[in-house]
Amino acid sequence: MRHIISILLENEAGALSRVAGLFSARAYNIESLTVAPTEDDSLSRMTIVTRGSDEILEQITKQLNKLVDVIKVVDLSEAAHIERELMLIKVRATGKDREEMKRMAEIFRGRIIDVTDSTYVVELTGTGAKLDAFIQAIDAGLILETVRTGVSGIGRGDRILKV
Amino acid sequence: MMMTGAEIVIRCLQEEKVEYVFGYPGGAVLHIYDELFKQDKVKHILVRHEQAAVHAADGLARSTQQVGVALVTSGPGATNAVTGIATAYMDSIPLVIITGQVPSAYIGQDAFQECDTVGITRPCVKHNFLVKDVRELAATMKKAFHIAATGRPGPVVVDIPKDVTAARCEFDYPKTIQMRSYNPVVKGHLGQIKKAVDLLLKAKRPMIYTGGGVILSDAAEQLTRLTRRLGFPVCNTLMGLGAYPASDRQYLGMPGMHGTVEANMAMQHSDVLLAIGARFDDRVIGNPEHFGEVPRKIIHIDIDPSSISKRVKVDVPIVGSVPDVLEEMLKLLDGDKTGVDAAALAEWWEEIEGWRAKQCMKYKQKKNLIMPQYVIEKLHEVTGGEAIVASDVGQHQMWAAQYYKFEKPRRWLNSGGLGTMGVGMPYAMGAAFAHPDKQIVCVTGEASIQMCIQELSTIQQFRLPIKIICLNNRYLGMVRQWQEMFYGSRYSQSYMDSLPDFVKLAEAYGHVGIRVEKPEDVEAALKKAFIDHKDDCVFLDILTDQKANVFPMVAAGKGLSEMILAEDL
Repeated sequence: MRHIISILLENEAGALSRVAGLFSARAYNIESLTVAPTEDDSLSRMTIVTRGSDEILEQITKQLNKLVDVIKVVDLSEAAHIERELMLIKVRATGKDREEMKRMAEIFRGRIIDVTDSTYVVELTGTGAKLDAFIQAIDAGLILETVRTGVSGIGRGDRILKV
Repeated sequence: MMMTGAEIVIRCLQEEKVEYVFGYPGGAVLHIYDELFKQDKVKHILVRHEQAAVHAADGLARSTQQVGVALVTSGPGATNAVTGIATAYMDSIPLVIITGQVPSAYIGQDAFQECDTVGITRPCVKHNFLVKDVRELAATMKKAFHIAATGRPGPVVVDIPKDVTAARCEFDYPKTIQMRSYNPVVKGHLGQIKKAVDLLLKAKRPMIYTGGGVILSDAAEQLTRLTRRLGFPVCNTLMGLGAYPASDRQYLGMPGMHGTVEANMAMQHSDVLLAIGARFDDRVIGNPEHFGEVPRKIIHIDIDPSSISKRVKVDVPIVGSVPDVLEEMLKLLDGDKTGVDAAALAEWWEEIEGWRAKQCMKYKQKKNLIMPQYVIEKLHEVTGGEAIVASDVGQHQMWAAQYYKFEKPRRWLNSGGLGTMGVGMPYAMGAAFAHPDKQIVCVTGEASIQMCIQELSTIQQFRLPIKIICLNNRYLGMVRQWQEMFYGSRYSQSYMDSLPDFVKLAEAYGHVGIRVEKPEDVEAALKKAFIDHKDDCVFLDILTDQKANVFPMVAAGKGLSEMILAEDL
């Protein structure tokens, strides 16, 4: 099962490597990992997408909580939540593809943020599945480069992860 | 008061009432060594290799309730310490390891004796710090001691660049420390404890299984009261020996790969298993699927939630400090009127006595050959069972665990988790400093002892009256045993040729060396060592039966009730 783990941790040098090291040392899977400071710059917020059975997820949560730098851990996917990922994708845009690409970007509510006579850079936000769908929808031969941030997540409504 | 970083390090150690620091100097820690020189409260023990510094600090910690402290230099000093740190980490031993680092401005430039100590040690420490500013030094030291000793204990590394030890700031040692990200649970959940007691009172085939957590939390007294109050059988794992007196009728011995028949069968066939400060290690329960074939309810008390339901699903988890939880259980039992199911318990004991009657620890005394088990039995006799026994890793470790009947906690020091050969002598050193009034023994083999043999020199420098019992079978015994049993007796690289003359070697270091070759000489040699040479370090090189194997044995991947007994072969 896919899970989105949200972690609030001390914004200290090495905190990221402690979390990443834990996942590799215990052979847990990381699909994506994002991290940045919060409004309180002594804290970092990390989102990890992982896969595993209920037993493995229980261990992941416990092991993360055991790290001295980690303050709180929540499995966002246990309840209502929102997940978003940002993708920047550079595509070849010449001839008839130029118009087609613009239309596809519109359908997916993307924005073209860089234009040359032969390329576009499209900015797209959404769930990972939506970004996958966009990549599937366009001609693979036209993709020059993709950059994805990995998933960031937040609980809906009153679900708040705070110190 | 303004102080240099080096002075602050020493003052912090004094504030923490650290009596002994085990270490080895080098460029990056010279400022600290200079400050050590100028005072006499903290005593420095110069070892001969950094690995032994950490093991000795570890041995001191295991034999007391204190945090062990080691001090090493940057680069090779730190990397040599890693085996010691990983050993302590696997057995949850509280240590603070201070490592020197190259000056801040040189970090990352491949400077002389530079290594990424924080990176290298990260997977084998409870936590580590790189101190970048002298103003953070005192608080970091306080945190290091706090983290090492509280919750599930473990080693903490404090890496200090040389310029930080020279920089000056105001010294202010915090009395207490609050960390928003680190607050270990102490009190167990009362509802869960009540559930556990109800389950125990209804049990028909109960079993108590305890590990290193009972020793580390000093809960032997509570465990003994609880076990006697319930009248249940109890076993102590390799890490938990001494938590319950081995001579008591309710004690079934050690469970696991080389556990007794009665302990393993009672573990396997119990209907309610009370696990305390133990972690269902592969060497203890064998194959978890086989273990899970018998339906049973498991209660698990541990201070570390990640130990619970890690290898075996638990029915009643209780997160908390062992002595606190056991006290709560005892309180609930005091208020209970129903009592245990006495009839079922009597029947269960009858079954257990049947297993015990197999006398699985019996061994054949071969003519003219010294049996290693016999040596340990005699060692127990001569020391009155009162010695602190440090062990290395291998067959001798198992025989010491099986045949030296531990009556009290913190008397058995061994590397159970990592299984580090070479720990024995440094463990004995650490214990000897902490317990100058006790008999200190190192049970070892001719292979293990050579992994830290240089410490014979440290023992000489500090006149430590350690008795080294070397069960010399001229083989890497445990490797040889596996090769005999599972690899068609192909003894690949397990034969120790060209051994040194250990008697002369001991003498070269200034100690007493005695070789023992006949069974009838064992007792006299032990008495000579412990009585005539009470105050000397004695190296007993005892030539034992080369073919002796450790039994009973649960082969790797097998179940607890699938033991191989000595008589089966």
